[in-house]
Amino acid sequence: MLKGWKERVTGTDIAMWVIGALILAVVIVGSVATLASGRYAGRHWFDFMVFGLAQGSIYALIAMGYTMVYGVLRMINFAHSEVFMSGPYTAYYVAAAFYKSGFLDSNPFLSMTVVFLVAMATSTLIAYLLERIAYRPLRNAPRLIPLITAIGASFFLQYMFRGLYGPGFQAYPVVKALEGQFVFLGLRILKFQALVIVAAAVLMFALYAFLQRTRVGKAIRAVSEDKDAAYLMGIDVDKMISTTFIIGGAAAGAAGVLYAIMFKQVHFFMGFIPGIKAFTAAVLGGIGNIPGAMLGGIFLGLIESIGPSLFLDGLGIVAPYQLKDAIAFTMLVLVLIFRPTGILGERLAVKKA
Amino acid sequence: MSRFKLWEHGVKAGLLSSLMTVLLSLMGIVEAFSQRQIVSGLLSMDYALLGTMVVFMGYVAAKRTSRTEPMWVVINSLTCGMITGGMLLLLILTGEAVNLRAVLVNASPALYKILGFGHGLEASPLLFVSGALCGLFAGISYLLPWAIRRTLIVSLVCVVGAGVLQDMIRPTLAAREVLAGFSEWVFSSNGLTEQSAAALFLLAAGITLFWSLKGKAVQAGFKALPGKGQKAVRWTGIAVLIMILLVLPQVLGLFLSEVVTIVGLYVLLGLGLNIVLGYAGLFDLGYVAFFAIGAYVTAVLTSPELGFFSLSFWAALPFAVVTGIFAGVLLGIPVLKMRGDYLAIATLGFGEIIRILVLSDWLRPWLGGAQGIGKIPKASVAGFEFGMPQEIYYLILAGCVLVIFFSLRLRDSRLGRAWKAVREDEDVAQAMGINLVATKLLAFGTGAGFSALSGAIFATKLTSVYPHSMNVMISINVVCIIIVGGMGSIPGVIVGAIALVGLPELLREFAEYRLFVYGLALVVMMLVKPEGLWPEAVRRREFHEEIEEVEPAASTVSASS
Repeated sequence: MLKGWKERVTGTDIAMWVIGALILAVVIVGSVATLASGRYAGRHWFDFMVFGLAQGSIYALIAMGYTMVYGVLRMINFAHSEVFMSGPYTAYYVAAAFYKSGFLDSNPFLSMTVVFLVAMATSTLIAYLLERIAYRPLRNAPRLIPLITAIGASFFLQYMFRGLYGPGFQAYPVVKALEGQFVFLGLRILKFQALVIVAAAVLMFALYAFLQRTRVGKAIRAVSEDKDAAYLMGIDVDKMISTTFIIGGAAAGAAGVLYAIMFKQVHFFMGFIPGIKAFTAAVLGGIGNIPGAMLGGIFLGLIESIGPSLFLDGLGIVAPYQLKDAIAFTMLVLVLIFRPTGILGERLAVKKA
Repeated sequence: MSRFKLWEHGVKAGLLSSLMTVLLSLMGIVEAFSQRQIVSGLLSMDYALLGTMVVFMGYVAAKRTSRTEPMWVVINSLTCGMITGGMLLLLILTGEAVNLRAVLVNASPALYKILGFGHGLEASPLLFVSGALCGLFAGISYLLPWAIRRTLIVSLVCVVGAGVLQDMIRPTLAAREVLAGFSEWVFSSNGLTEQSAAALFLLAAGITLFWSLKGKAVQAGFKALPGKGQKAVRWTGIAVLIMILLVLPQVLGLFLSEVVTIVGLYVLLGLGLNIVLGYAGLFDLGYVAFFAIGAYVTAVLTSPELGFFSLSFWAALPFAVVTGIFAGVLLGIPVLKMRGDYLAIATLGFGEIIRILVLSDWLRPWLGGAQGIGKIPKASVAGFEFGMPQEIYYLILAGCVLVIFFSLRLRDSRLGRAWKAVREDEDVAQAMGINLVATKLLAFGTGAGFSALSGAIFATKLTSVYPHSMNVMISINVVCIIIVGGMGSIPGVIVGAIALVGLPELLREFAEYRLFVYGLALVVMMLVKPEGLWPEAVRRREFHEEIEEVEPAASTVSASS
């Protein structure tokens, strides 16, 4: 067993282990120091967790789009973050109109449903057109080409919406029914955070059931398993790829509205960071794996919300919350280094990417 | 393909073309461009833009249709034009009926006026006719022989290019007393005069026709020269180029020199990434990290504001470059095993991590936080200080020459060939005995060194560095430059930088839509000409394996405009 040790372990492996061990040490020392200082009470940690859960479920919803597209096309749809942005940005105008007419406050459930539907429809349309115009002609091109196209499409869409709707931030109207908080066993949960968590959970469950239980879902899974074999079995591969984009788009649009409810503003650049985070989540869970994407999203949301206070505060770092994005990206890099297959993944990122 | 489906291409291209033209209109690009005349009183930039769009899509429609069906070619391109015209008409009608402005900020009455050819609703049926004419033009020109088509394209591009770049050409001409009269003849207050446009068109057409008729003979004549003669011709060419580059800022004036320095910085960056992405095929989206490292190392070492070292620029430069190389290798280690999209995302993460760290309050005492670092001294050589853009130009030129020299030498070296082997197929390369780890790390290190060099020059150019100028857009810009120019090709990087950085700097109307155009350029490039504007010979062959003598790339023309 030990004979081939020298051949198998290279210098780079050792370097990676050193990096990993260093980061782990920082995490442990930081956490111990923070907990020992007792700066945060249990109540704070609970708030962090709820916030992280809400944010994480949004990431999870977006990540499903990434993961499904990766499954069928073996490409990272960089422009998915813009699909995510387009929905809530368009629905903003509906929401604002409802707000002005008072319909939003008098009938919050119905109006929010309409807002959701508009957002989902827009995102779906954008995702469909994206696949139809930009990706389909490149089906058999070398790998780098669809990736570059996706990056280009991402900027195209971003600045298209900037041109159409203007460059400013738009404040999303506040739904009165979602203000305030629930108190449960002495723990408080903000109402809108509860809504985000519940809505995201319902959507994810619906999506999962769709993929597992329906014929179309089965066909999509077949395409992501083996395109040629699926084609031979009489599955219209192109149509299934379009359907994948449509479903991913709808999920992203819904996630977008939830994001807008949580952060109360929309902007043409709002997709970039959540997009990368969601991709991280998809990789974390194992790209191509749907439950993995959900798990990865929620995990990432929690790490991001708890991490800065837990790991960094104890190290005496000023304003650790500024570094929360850095934590997310570090997570991404670490996962890609040490477990490119992700938590639940089986596909080898190293071999296929 | 059955005959009955032939009409499909026209409709599809027409729908795409109307989508694009409506978008361009609603995004405000058309309105912004209407300010600038190309040919005074005859053609303004907005109509040129819309027309180009329709002609291009009509051309695509024609190209999709088989050439053996000339009637269908014309019908399809005509359909494309008519659909576009119809959709724009529909846009005007909708806009008159409903107030789109509440949502779409750029759907202004001015836009409808432009689309109605300055008269508004009554004249708007003209749109339909002109759309059809554009489509027809595309279809017919597709059926013409290649030499004539090329002549047409080149001359039109020349006229449009001269009109668009008037702000650049006119002051340059007017500054010389001898040419002032000539400048007045060529340019009116806005745009070319009609006679000069016609003259330019004829001149360009003449030259192109001459070249397509006699070009082969000239090339053969050059080849027939003895080896010494060929060398002499080549060296004369290089000498002329050097002369031009040396006197360029003196001719161009302040503003244009500034533009040229910015282009130069991007050429530097592009050449660095060209090694990582173009030669070794490693998709690095966090390239800005090394630029930032170069700039910040220079700033920290030289700036008296922080007061750690206060070195001179030249003393700090080696440190900046070495730190860059070191960082490149260090960040390269964890991503050694990744390929393609994973590498892109991981490096994107690195770039963001560096920016976030620089921006954070935590490192503020050392790196200045959000305020950045100021008071970076200018570089100087023997009392001559590189302060003005005209002077910085020489610094950047020297950097570019150095980096081009390195790139050229590396390209054909053993290492360069190893990089290309890795780019083509990692597993095969490894099987051939190439040490993947060393090869990849050297690529990361070299690229990062070049990037750090340009970062250092950037720092002394601005005399200050801010975290906000180190964002992911720089990485994207550089990637775009390389891809549009042609991966792995050194002239391609220069062409790409001029086209993607120089043109937007010159066209102020562009500035707002710059990234939109970048995105569009990337997508269209990948769909139409994935090898880039000025590809490496090897890659050109790769993408056109089966058709060797295809039509000589029309896009080299558009690049030179």
